Amino acid sequence: MKNTHVNAVVVGAGAGGGVVAKELSTAGLSVVLFERGDWVSFEDHDNDELLSQRTTVLGNAFGPDDDRYRRVLVSEDGSTGIVYPSDGAYSNVAACVGSGTVSYGAMAWRYMAEDFRMKSTYGPVGGSTLEDWPVSYDDLEHCYEKAEWEIGVAGDSSLNPFAAPRKKPYPMPPFSYNREASMLESAMKRMGLHPFPIPMLRNSVPYAGRPACARRRTCCGFACPVNAKCGTHNTVIPAALSTGNCELRTRCVVGGLIIDASGRITGVEYFDGDNTKQEQTADIIVVAASATETPRLLLNSTSKHFPSGVGNRYDWVGRNLQGHAYTGAFGLFEEDIFDDVGPGATLAVSDFSHHNPGIVGGGILANEFTRLPYLFSNIRPPGSPMWGEEHKEFQRKYFRRNIQVVGPIQEMPFFDSRVQVDPSVRDSWGIPVVRLSGRRHPKDAEGCEFLSGKAEMILKEAGASRTWRHVPGSGLSGGQHQAGTCRMGDDPHTSVTDRFGRVHDTPNVFVSDASLHVTNGGFNPALTIMALGYRVGEYIAGEWQKGNRFK
Amino acid sequence: MDSGSRISRRDFMKLATLGAGSLSLIAGCAPKHPPGRRVLSDDDAGLLGAIADRIIPPDEWPGGRENGVVSFIDRQLDGPYRRFRGDYRRGLDAMTGTCLEKHRKRFESLSAEKQTRLLGEMESGGLRDGGWKEGFSKRFFEMVRSHAMQAYYGSPRHGGNPDYASYRMMGIDYPPILGQNRYRF
Repeated sequence: MKNTHVNAVVVGAGAGGGVVAKELSTAGLSVVLFERGDWVSFEDHDNDELLSQRTTVLGNAFGPDDDRYRRVLVSEDGSTGIVYPSDGAYSNVAACVGSGTVSYGAMAWRYMAEDFRMKSTYGPVGGSTLEDWPVSYDDLEHCYEKAEWEIGVAGDSSLNPFAAPRKKPYPMPPFSYNREASMLESAMKRMGLHPFPIPMLRNSVPYAGRPACARRRTCCGFACPVNAKCGTHNTVIPAALSTGNCELRTRCVVGGLIIDASGRITGVEYFDGDNTKQEQTADIIVVAASATETPRLLLNSTSKHFPSGVGNRYDWVGRNLQGHAYTGAFGLFEEDIFDDVGPGATLAVSDFSHHNPGIVGGGILANEFTRLPYLFSNIRPPGSPMWGEEHKEFQRKYFRRNIQVVGPIQEMPFFDSRVQVDPSVRDSWGIPVVRLSGRRHPKDAEGCEFLSGKAEMILKEAGASRTWRHVPGSGLSGGQHQAGTCRMGDDPHTSVTDRFGRVHDTPNVFVSDASLHVTNGGFNPALTIMALGYRVGEYIAGEWQKGNRFK
Repeated sequence: MDSGSRISRRDFMKLATLGAGSLSLIAGCAPKHPPGRRVLSDDDAGLLGAIADRIIPPDEWPGGRENGVVSFIDRQLDGPYRRFRGDYRRGLDAMTGTCLEKHRKRFESLSAEKQTRLLGEMESGGLRDGGWKEGFSKRFFEMVRSHAMQAYYGSPRHGGNPDYASYRMMGIDYPPILGQNRYRF
């Protein structure tokens, strides 16, 4: 049976796609929202650390599964191997309704004005494709505001002198500090820094018909048992469905765009939950499948008009894959600190986000989410035994007596860090899989050393009896903060989409996820992905209402 | 956590364990069932249990063997860790081979000191002969070590850490008691 033609197809029900689906369906467009995963709830995995989104050793509670999905990783030495979703190197993003917004730590950062003008602020960086965004912070400000009010953010930016200017406050008051954050707050103030409560996509008070946070230790990496965490699955997607204009199709894997004889893109091909191949035609296609799966879909869509994939005329699709180099320090204390007030991370400083001597960009520093017991078993000072009596003694002595201060370094985009499609390996539907290759730009290591050094100084000031830094290696960055692979820009020779997310060379294909990010900020990216969703959705809906049918 | 509350909790657990023990005595009257393992033989289980007790040694809290490391690994080898079955077979056989050759004893019969020394050699990649070629001793040790930690510190639903023993050892309430700890300071 043929599916009824709709105005818009949105591929991926995550942070970006959920917002676009809501914007289009409330504007009166008929929408089909595709999600390869399913609905998941807290009951599906409970408090199980080994199946959380942070520790995926026994699989991904939020999908995808190791049986049907795989990727190819090209290592730094040139060797290739298959990686599965539960391997870190797969660079997984959750496959479920809401995607990462179901299980994330829910930090709700706005990027700063400088983050959209990195090249203008710091000048060119050798070996990097560092560039300004074609949009400014001011262009996105109202989109950030919409995300904060429609999805829900708790915070108080008045305590952060470095925060970008805003027209409206957060809709909810900030969360209180846990004990470790209180200790860090005094230390940071003594150092002349400016600590403030982390803005969170989490209800600090009842909001939008959902209750306030219960402050569980199992928050980051888990679904919320009381529905206080705000994702697209419990805000904009239900809003889209309630318009009657949006149909959500779960367990549907979109494999390619349909391109007609004239080169027009008329819809998508997909496999439904019974693995039956189907087609869905639409006037507009919005790809919001993540910074790894979005380029895969474009590259897998070829025709005589798009011999190397849709939007890939100048070989920019899949380029500049970046994430965040997470860098920081641990401190051990000789008194109990752990108060079991979740999710752990409550306080940050933005003093090191920009204008650090010798560093391009920087990053926030925050206290870390609760380190659960298995994760903690891998945290030891350099040179310490990783097993035996001493390891066990450390586990029980210091679980309640450690603090981690950590932050994401803004990475320098690197043209050869990339997503391709593998010439031979296919997933269980026969679709060519993502092939990942590349490494971090050397400049990132300088940023990491700098930020970790600051984290260590803070821990010492807070009274740590022992501290040590941890910095990431030089390998390919992606992970849950993956971005940059379909960058927006005004010049079609050096970008994939225009400033509204429309793929160059097409009138009706849009991207709306972190693939668009030209640079990825020194902040967790979720709120920016949502803000871009509002921008793309607003643009399409506005044009549609003016009569533009994107022919 | 002040020591007073830990002692009272431990006393409670002693009582609880006594209760569980008398239950299993009753169960002992029933016909014998084959061991509940899915993949590992008795010899494999004995060897892995001995390794588990060196990776997480028993003290006032259970060691790796008592806290379910073997049953966790056995269960996962029939689940997501099916892909590691070959590595376990190769590694366990190589360990037995090395011990018989060096000490004319199985690993399980060696002193704790000798066991620890051998595992240390594996960890540093010092064993290279026989089944240990191509750096396998290091890779195998790290695999068993991480699986043992997952068993010991993970959720009981996967076969290890019955009743969240490791959580109690670390002073973490399970199930979480919201609010309890907030007024301690």
